[in-house]
Amino acid sequence: MSDIPLNTSVAGVPEAAPRQPPALTTGPIAWFRANLFSSWLNTAVTLVLAYFIVRYAISFVDWAFINAIWSVDNNQTQACRALKNSATPGACWAVITEKHRFILFGTYPYEEHWRPALVCLLFTALYVVSAMRRFWRWELAVVWAVTLTAIGILMWGGVFGLSYVPQERWGGLPITLILATFGLAFAFPLAILVALGRRSSMPAIRVLCIAYVELIRGVPLISLLFMASVMFPLFLPEGLNIDKLLRAQVAVILFAGAYLAEVVRGGLQALPKGQYEAAEALGLSYWQKTGFIILPQALRLVIPPLVNTFIGFFKDTSLVLIIGIFDLLTAGKTAIVEPAWQGFGVEVYIAISVIYFIYCFAMSRYSQNLEAELNRHRNR
Amino acid sequence: MSAALDTELHIASSIRTDAPPAILLDKVNKWYGSMHVLRDISLEVATGERVVVCGPSGSGKSTMIRCINRLEQHQEGRIVVDGTELTDDVRALDAIRREVGMVFQSFNLFPHLTILENCTLAPIWVRRMPKKDAEELAMHYLTRVKIPDQARKYPGQLSGGQQQRVAIARALCMKPKIMLFDEPTSALDPEMIKEVLDTMVGLAEDGMTMICVTHEMGFARQVADRVVFMDRGEVVEQGAPEQLFSNPSTDRLKMFLSQILRGH
Amino acid sequence: MSQTATDPRHLRTPPKRQIRLTWADERVRAIVWQVLIVGAVIGVIWWLVRNTQHNLEVRRIATGFGFLNREAGLPIGEHLIEYTPASTYLRALTVGVLNTLKVAVVGIVLATTLGTVIGIARLSKNWLLSKIAAVYVELIRDVPLLLQLLFWYTILQGLPGPRQALNPVAGVFLSNRGLKLPFLDWQVAHSWALLAFVAGCFATWLYAKAMRRKQMQDGRPRPIWPAALGLLVGLPLVVWSLGGAPTAIDWPELRGFNFRGGMTISPEYFALLIGLTTYTAGFIAEIVRAGILAVPHGQWEAAQALGLRSSTVLRQIVLPQALRVIVPPMTSQYLNLTKNSSLAVAIGYQDIVSIANTTLNQTGQAIEGIAIIMAVYLTISLSISFFMNWYNSRIALVER
Repeated sequence: MSDIPLNTSVAGVPEAAPRQPPALTTGPIAWFRANLFSSWLNTAVTLVLAYFIVRYAISFVDWAFINAIWSVDNNQTQACRALKNSATPGACWAVITEKHRFILFGTYPYEEHWRPALVCLLFTALYVVSAMRRFWRWELAVVWAVTLTAIGILMWGGVFGLSYVPQERWGGLPITLILATFGLAFAFPLAILVALGRRSSMPAIRVLCIAYVELIRGVPLISLLFMASVMFPLFLPEGLNIDKLLRAQVAVILFAGAYLAEVVRGGLQALPKGQYEAAEALGLSYWQKTGFIILPQALRLVIPPLVNTFIGFFKDTSLVLIIGIFDLLTAGKTAIVEPAWQGFGVEVYIAISVIYFIYCFAMSRYSQNLEAELNRHRNR
Repeated sequence: MSAALDTELHIASSIRTDAPPAILLDKVNKWYGSMHVLRDISLEVATGERVVVCGPSGSGKSTMIRCINRLEQHQEGRIVVDGTELTDDVRALDAIRREVGMVFQSFNLFPHLTILENCTLAPIWVRRMPKKDAEELAMHYLTRVKIPDQARKYPGQLSGGQQQRVAIARALCMKPKIMLFDEPTSALDPEMIKEVLDTMVGLAEDGMTMICVTHEMGFARQVADRVVFMDRGEVVEQGAPEQLFSNPSTDRLKMFLSQILRGH
Repeated sequence: MSQTATDPRHLRTPPKRQIRLTWADERVRAIVWQVLIVGAVIGVIWWLVRNTQHNLEVRRIATGFGFLNREAGLPIGEHLIEYTPASTYLRALTVGVLNTLKVAVVGIVLATTLGTVIGIARLSKNWLLSKIAAVYVELIRDVPLLLQLLFWYTILQGLPGPRQALNPVAGVFLSNRGLKLPFLDWQVAHSWALLAFVAGCFATWLYAKAMRRKQMQDGRPRPIWPAALGLLVGLPLVVWSLGGAPTAIDWPELRGFNFRGGMTISPEYFALLIGLTTYTAGFIAEIVRAGILAVPHGQWEAAQALGLRSSTVLRQIVLPQALRVIVPPMTSQYLNLTKNSSLAVAIGYQDIVSIANTTLNQTGQAIEGIAIIMAVYLTISLSISFFMNWYNSRIALVER
C-alpha cells in the first residue's frame, strides 16, 4: 500500500497563504551560499580552487591563443623556437597548419585526400545512424555491409575511375577508424558465439571458451600485437603472406572478442530465467530460442556497457603505433620527426587528443543517456 | 486487511499527565528550497501517549517525525524532546537520539550484519554495553517480536514482515522512551502487515510513548489516544480516533477518509 | 519435508537413462558437436604448429630456452638487482619483471590515493570542486593512454638541461635527465628503524584487536591512539637512536654536465608513472563514487537514528558495504594498470615487454620471447583473479 494522493481542488478549502522561507534560502545568492560557501572549509576550498583556475586559465589562454604562432613560411620555425624559450611562451600551432593533412591522412596521395576524408565522414555517419534507436532493425546490418564496401572501394580505388592506392600508403585517422570499426564488426559475432559457448551445457565447448577469454584478458594487447607482427608469419604456410595491417586487425579482433564476450555474457546472465523457460516451453530449437528470444533481449540490456567497451577499444587501437602501423597517433608522431618541426610534440599531441576526445566523449555521453533511458523504461 | 484489529476494544490509555510532555513542537516551519513543507506545526505529546498521524502523500507527516530526531532540520520554531531542545548542539542531539527509537518504511537493516549484530551494534557502541549483555538484551527483544530463531541469519534471508520486526527490536534494544514509526507497514505485503501491527499493539500495551505515521485506520482505532490529520504541511484536525473518523469537521479530512475507504 | 528413511519408496534411486545411438538423442548430439568442434580446434592448432616448424627449419632458427643462459649484452639503465651487459638473458628478463613490478606497485598506490580523493571530490557539496573532478574524469578517460604517455614524456624531455634545471625546493632538481631528490644516506640503522615500523604496525593491529575484545567483555571503550603513537613513531625512533641516529642526507649536486648523489627518477619512469597514475585514477574515481553511492541514504539515517557517531557509522556501516561494491572493479583496474605498464616500450622504459622485445630481436627467438611476456602477465593476472574469487566468496552478502 502506498500513500494516498489527495485531490486538492475541493471547494471551500482555503489554500494557506504561501510564506517565504526565512532569509535567503532561494535565488542565486542562496545557490552560491549553499554550493560554494556553506561553511568555512567550503569557502576556503572554493577560494583556493578559484585562484588556481584563474591563474592557470590565464596562462593557458596566453600560451594557446594570445602568444601563439598560427603559421610560418617554408618551415622557417625559428620564430616558434624563439617563442618557446621566451619569457612569454606561446604555442606553435604552425605545426598543425603545416602538417594537418599528413596527420589526418598519412602518406595517402595528396591530390586524392578527398577520398580518406569522405571515408572518415562515412564512418562517422555510420556511427551516428547505428546510435539511433529507430534504426535498430536488421536492415542496419545491410547498411553496414554497404558502407564498409564503399569505404573499401574509396580507399583502394582501382575501379570507377579512381586511381589505385596501395594499402602501404594509407594512414592517419582512416586507419584508426578502420581498425576500430572492422574490429567491432568482426569481434561482435565472435563475442556472441563465445558468450553462448561459455554458458553452454557442453563441457568441452565451455572449457574452450573460458580458456580463450581468460587467456586474452590475462595478457596486454601489446603482446598480442607483437604476436601478430612477428609470430603470425611463422604460423602460415610458406609463400602465403598477409600484410601487417590485416595481421594487426586480426589481433585487435581477437582481443576485442574476448572483452565483448564478457559483456554479452553479463547480459545473458541478467536475463530472467523465466525467459529461457518460456522459450523452451514454446518448443523452439536452441538456435531459434537464442536468436528470437534470448539474444535480442540480452543485447539490449548490455548496450551501455558495450558502448563503453567500444570506447576503450577505440582508444586501444592507438597501440598499433608500437608495431609501426600508420594510425592517427603514429602519423602525429612521425610529423614531428622532421628536424624543422622537432620539439613541437605538445601541440601535435594536444591536437590529436582533441580528435580522440570528440569521438570518445560523444560515445560516452550517448551511452550515459541510453542507460538512463533504458533504466526509465525498466522502472516503469 | 486489519479487520481482526477493528473488532478488538481500544486498549487502555496510559497517558501520564503528571509528567512533562515527551515531545513538544512549537510553531515549527520547514522549507525545501522555496517549498513550504511544514507550516506552523504545534503539537504536544504526553508521556505514554500514542499518537497516529495520517494524511495524503506530500502532507509533511514523514518530514515532521523525521524532524523529531533531526534526520531533517527545521528552520523555524522549537522542538523539545524529553526536556531537551533540538539545536545544533551535537551533545543534545546524541542524548535525544539515544532516547528516541525510529522504525522506517524501508526497514533500513544493515545487510552486512546478522540479525543479532544489527540489534547489538548500538547498545555496544552507544550504550557501551558488554557484548554478552547486549546479546542477551537483543535475544530478549527478538523473542518479544517472535523471531529469536532467526538471530544468526542475515536480513536478506528474512521476509519483509520479519525484517520490520527486527527493525523494531533493534530500536527497542536502545531502551528508548519514545518510538517513532514512519509508515512501518507501507512497504509490506498485506499478509505481513498484521504481524508488524501486532508487535506495535504489544508495545502500546506496555505504555510506550509512540508517534506513528500510518494509514492503518484499524490500528489507529485500537491503539491511538489521538489522531492527527495533516495536509499540505499543516495540522488540519486532531482528536480521539472515534470522534475524528465518525464525525470529521473539515472537508479535507472527509475527502481523505472517503478515499481511504474506497481504497480498501 | 523430512521423510523417514525407512520408507521403501524413498530408497529407490532414479533409473539410469539409456543412451540410444540416434540423432534424436540429445546427449548423442551434444557429444558429436563437442567432438567436431574440439577436433576442428585441434586440427587448426596442428596445422599452425606444422607450418611454424617448417618455417623455423627454413629460417634455421633453433627453438628452446637455451638462449636464456647466454650473455645478453644489452644495456639496462634502471635495475633493482645487480646487472651488467655481461649478465645473462635470464637476468635481463628478471630485471624487466622487477621494473614492471616497480612501476605497477607504485602506480597502484598513487592511483588509488588520487582516484579516491577525486571520487570523493566528485560527491562534494562544493559545486566547483565536484565540477573540476568531473571534468578531470571525463578528460582523462576519453584520450588514449599511449597518447598521454607520449605527451608527458615530451614535456619531460622539453625541460631544460641539468645546468638550467628547475629547482622548486632546495635539493630537488627537475631537468631533462629526470627528477633528482635528496635521499637518506642509507645506513643499517635505517633498515632497522624501517623494520621496527613494520613490527609496530603489526603490534598496533594486535593491540587494537585485544582492546576491542576487552571492550566486548566489559563494554568500556579504550583509546588505542596512545599505544599506536608509541608503537608507530616511538619504537622506530628508539631503534634509530640505538643505531647511532644517523642523519646524513645525500644531496644531489651539479658536477659538470650532470648531477651526482641523491635519488634519481628517470624521465621514462617518471612519465610512465604520471601517465599510469593519472589515467587509472580517472577510472578509480568513478568506482569509488559508485561505491559510496551504492550505500543507500537510509543506512546512514538508520545508524544515526540509533545514536551512532559519524565515525562509527563510517567504520561499521558504510565502509564495509561500500568496499563490497568497490573491491572487485578496483582489482580489475589494478590489473589494467599492470597490463598498461607494458606501454613503457613506447617511451623507452625497460620493463619486461621492452626487454623481451629486444631479446627476441637480438636472438630471433620470437615464440619464446612472446611466450615469456604472456607467461609473466598471465601469472600476475591469474594470481589476482584467484585472490579476487577468494575475497568475493568471503564477503558475499547472504541472500536467500
